[in-house]
Amino acid sequence: MRSGSGRGSFRPTWFWPTFAAPATFWLLAFFVVPFFVIMAIAFGGLDPVFLTPEPRYNPLDWQFGSFADVVSQLFSRESIYQQTFIRTLAYVTLATIGCLLIGYPVAYFIARHAARFKTAFLVAFIAPFWMSYMMRMFAWVNLLQEEGYVNRILVNLGLLPSPRLWLQGRPSTVIFGLIYGYVPFMILPLYAMLDRIDRSTLEAARDLGAGQIQTFRRITLPLSRQAIFAGCMIVTLPMFGDYYTQTLLASTRGTAMFGNLIVSSLESSLVNAGAALVLVMIALLIIPMVFYLRSTSRARELAG
Amino acid sequence: MPARGATTARRLLGWLMNPWAKARFLWVIALAYMLWTLLPVAIAVGFSFNAGKSQTAWQGFSVSRWYLDDVSSVWQDDSLRTALIQSLKLSTLTVLIAVPIGVAFGLAIDRWRGRVSRSANMVMLFSFITPEIAVAVALFLYFSQLATVIGLGLKAQVLGLSMYEIAYPVIIVQARLLSIGKEYEEAAMDLGASPMQALRRVLLPLLMPAIVASVGIVFATSIDNFVISQRLSIGASTQTVPILIYSTARTAPLPSLNALATITLFASTIMIAVAGLALRSASRRDRGGAAATAKIGLPVAGG
Repeated sequence: MRSGSGRGSFRPTWFWPTFAAPATFWLLAFFVVPFFVIMAIAFGGLDPVFLTPEPRYNPLDWQFGSFADVVSQLFSRESIYQQTFIRTLAYVTLATIGCLLIGYPVAYFIARHAARFKTAFLVAFIAPFWMSYMMRMFAWVNLLQEEGYVNRILVNLGLLPSPRLWLQGRPSTVIFGLIYGYVPFMILPLYAMLDRIDRSTLEAARDLGAGQIQTFRRITLPLSRQAIFAGCMIVTLPMFGDYYTQTLLASTRGTAMFGNLIVSSLESSLVNAGAALVLVMIALLIIPMVFYLRSTSRARELAG
Repeated sequence: MPARGATTARRLLGWLMNPWAKARFLWVIALAYMLWTLLPVAIAVGFSFNAGKSQTAWQGFSVSRWYLDDVSSVWQDDSLRTALIQSLKLSTLTVLIAVPIGVAFGLAIDRWRGRVSRSANMVMLFSFITPEIAVAVALFLYFSQLATVIGLGLKAQVLGLSMYEIAYPVIIVQARLLSIGKEYEEAAMDLGASPMQALRRVLLPLLMPAIVASVGIVFATSIDNFVISQRLSIGASTQTVPILIYSTARTAPLPSLNALATITLFASTIMIAVAGLALRSASRRDRGGAAATAKIGLPVAGG
């Protein structure tokens, strides 16, 4: 395989591993081990007096009692865990659909119709992707205040009889915030795919008598199916762990999401439960995560 | 009246959907989308120049009240200034760690194909797509239960965030290596360069745009990072700008918070622009033939 062999210098076998070592150590020390600590705490014990966690680092000592407790609460009706979990599923599903409905036409537009404004549009569409999420949410907190611009405009246009309290625990505001926050992440993969579709394929379809809509339905849409999947994954995975959107735009118990559950159990010293909830979340998301990694690595192999 | 409204609506719809004209329908959606995403942020930036105390009503223009002059301006208010300094410190330190080890890792994983490297790469990818809250909780428990020598605070924030950010330089470097190939370093080594020389004088200059881009992106994403920095912070002294925005957005509305957010937005925008320009110049050069510009030993980034 080594094409430069024969003359010249060789790389010793330790050469590249040495370069990979620092980052590998970093990933082991600050990613793999911390996840082991989560398990040691979720499957560990509790101090009977102070109720502080007693991590067990030997897997043979692990007990699954309190973890099973958390899981069974997820399956029992009327528990806060289950309500929150179902609510999160509903919010995330609706917000993902919203992101797709907004993101697809926008990505389609940049890929096909922006023409000479393409770079300008692309920059404008990517900009929010790199802006601080907090800043973007904060902007909406100001706009949605009782005396904010949104209420003033809606009341002046006669669309609302009186100012509405948008920030007082409305599910619709939370879903709106999630869509606003994550839609740029959806646009990028969709754009990358739509831009790659060969124009001659589309022209061929048109030449063979397909109309605009039929071309879209039978050529563009099937070809972008993988990007739709990737885009949905990219927005769904972080949304599942999102707690700050809800806190900023609603902050009521009735709109709490799964992430809020994790954070609040840590903050109220229910550390074991918090660790268990993180494990439950990962167990739920591991399959889509692996699928997503496989689909992107396959795409890279095709591209390379 | 309703009939006339209906005709106007139909005419408008006809204008939008006219299949023979340019796709007006899509133009309208795209422009509306752009307005919707960018206008709120622009308004928030605008209110940092409000002459009065309101964040919802415009009371005249003042360049510096909330930046410098007022007692609760970014410059004079302790918590705001601390947060800004803390954010800059955290993102600079994160860049200094994550970019070198990430670039080295990306390079090594690309050149050294084996079972170990493949697993390390897999772990890196997982660190990238695991929901941030899970990473943050894991790091929080790690620093508060196991690595108590380090404990929570700035050190933990830097260590945790630099791990989370490794993926950016790795992915950027690997993408760049796709268009560089192995020929240059092999040529250098055939001509008698040692592996280290080939790396330093051939590969590194070729990778310069990717390294600059990594610095920009890692800086911008760390200065904006919220979830990990919040979980690993302890008390007011380790609050960064996003944490401060999060905790005061709904309770203490003063335009100085907008000013603070505007400053970090400005910093991260510059860094992202630098990154974008570096990558663009690199890809443009590739199209013109990388071989022509990549003369061995000449620093490509300078030219």
